[in-house]
Amino acid sequence: MTMGESSKAEGAGTVRVALPYHLRNLAHVTGDVEVEAAPPVTVRSVLDALEARYPMLRGTIRDYSTGQRRVFLRFFACEEDWSLESVDKPLPEAIAKGKEPLLILGAIAGG
Amino acid sequence: MSKVRVLVGTRKGAFVLSADGKRKDWKVEGPFFAGWEIYHMKGSPADPNRIYVSQTSGWFGQLIQRSDDGGKTWHQPGMPDEAVPPPGPPTALPNRFAYDTSETGKPLTTHQWYDGTQHPWEFKRVWHLEPSLTDPNTVYAGVEDAALFRSTDGGENWQELGGLRGHGSGPMWMPGAGGMGLHTIILDPGNPDRIYIAISAAGAFRTDDSGTTWKPINKGLVSGFMPKPDAEVGHCVHHVAMHRARPDVLFMQKHWDVMRTDDAGESWREVSGNLPTDFGFVIDVHAHEPETLYVVPIKSDSEHFPLEGKLRVYRSRSGGNEWEPLAKGLPEKDCYVNVLRDAMAVDTLDDCGVYFGTTGGQVYASADAGESWMPIVHDLPAVLSVEVQTL
Repeated sequence: MTMGESSKAEGAGTVRVALPYHLRNLAHVTGDVEVEAAPPVTVRSVLDALEARYPMLRGTIRDYSTGQRRVFLRFFACEEDWSLESVDKPLPEAIAKGKEPLLILGAIAGG
Repeated sequence: MSKVRVLVGTRKGAFVLSADGKRKDWKVEGPFFAGWEIYHMKGSPADPNRIYVSQTSGWFGQLIQRSDDGGKTWHQPGMPDEAVPPPGPPTALPNRFAYDTSETGKPLTTHQWYDGTQHPWEFKRVWHLEPSLTDPNTVYAGVEDAALFRSTDGGENWQELGGLRGHGSGPMWMPGAGGMGLHTIILDPGNPDRIYIAISAAGAFRTDDSGTTWKPINKGLVSGFMPKPDAEVGHCVHHVAMHRARPDVLFMQKHWDVMRTDDAGESWREVSGNLPTDFGFVIDVHAHEPETLYVVPIKSDSEHFPLEGKLRVYRSRSGGNEWEPLAKGLPEKDCYVNVLRDAMAVDTLDDCGVYFGTTGGQVYASADAGESWMPIVHDLPAVLSVEVQTL
């Protein structure tokens, strides 16, 4: 796992997020990002915090009209696929404490 | 000396091609937004340094980008770069295109699907951006599923002009093979209240009250794929062009047929004349000769490439019907590319320049109104759109 410019904190609520290449470019970051997610730390609270800190990402992960995960993106936490879990389900403690990043992955598809 | 700047949108990024007025030596910049589909980019007539870009992706959805310095730097309108945004709700939502659900917009909830059933409207992408002729901060967006949006704050926020979908004919609109996109937006230079738009596959529409109400303007169009070939709506219009000196005269490349109206769309007549095939996507008008038109004939709706593998632009100098092939400098054999609907443009230099891009990644330029052509670039990703600014 490559750590980027913001790898400082491990405190509760500070969550690391690994973004796909194109979203890192949009957010003007080169590695993982850190956001302060409101407890309990869930996919929803992490994405809310991510979009508040990086507003250029609004609409790129969750569809504006439906609020749902874009179909070609998936969420992974601690090597488990959380894409189909409730966005309000608390994430694993390792994610909530910033020890492991929440991965946002783009499907390997297209030309 | 005047300069030209050609804005090229491709399947995998944007490119800016620039040259002096001779249009022989070209500087190629890009790719910008590498890896993203750039459906369209267009500069503001009121401020040539202001350029709007539609950036889209099957993974990440729709984005709008803007340059205020002629393409040197880009940003999402209203978005900070590295800075931490101020607390509170955002004031800019530049990639939010929400369909109007108000009563005044009389929004439609369904259109016709490929199988004839009704289907809800779903936003997919911006096909075309048309900046205002007078205000750099006002820009129109034609989107898929078909609707017209407008921003008056430089692309930071968008509102649908709901009267178009509220016209009442929406349940008869249907997607073409490429989707149901609003792809053509023409602002009348002599009447700020008049706008023309076109949709595949619904047809052409006109507003005379700045977008509040719309009327279909498809009388004279005949489309054999429709149960009622001369129906009011449902036609697969591919592109429409106008000469700014004669805003009541429009030229149309339809799915099949090249058409012309002299009365702002009230009635159309076919001007395909001696074209070897009247299927195609692009159509444009010479900058100084309102009766000189350009099309690129494509073999058929089943085979989207030039006849006999010969890439040829056809020109009419009589407003249609009589056409001549223009082939000097274009491939004479083994050419099986397409030229998509927004991929032709003309500059306004004294010797009118004509430009078009292909799905094979070539961008061709003519500095003599089509008499001869040269490729500016050979090997870009598939070209989706070409616009030119005369500076």
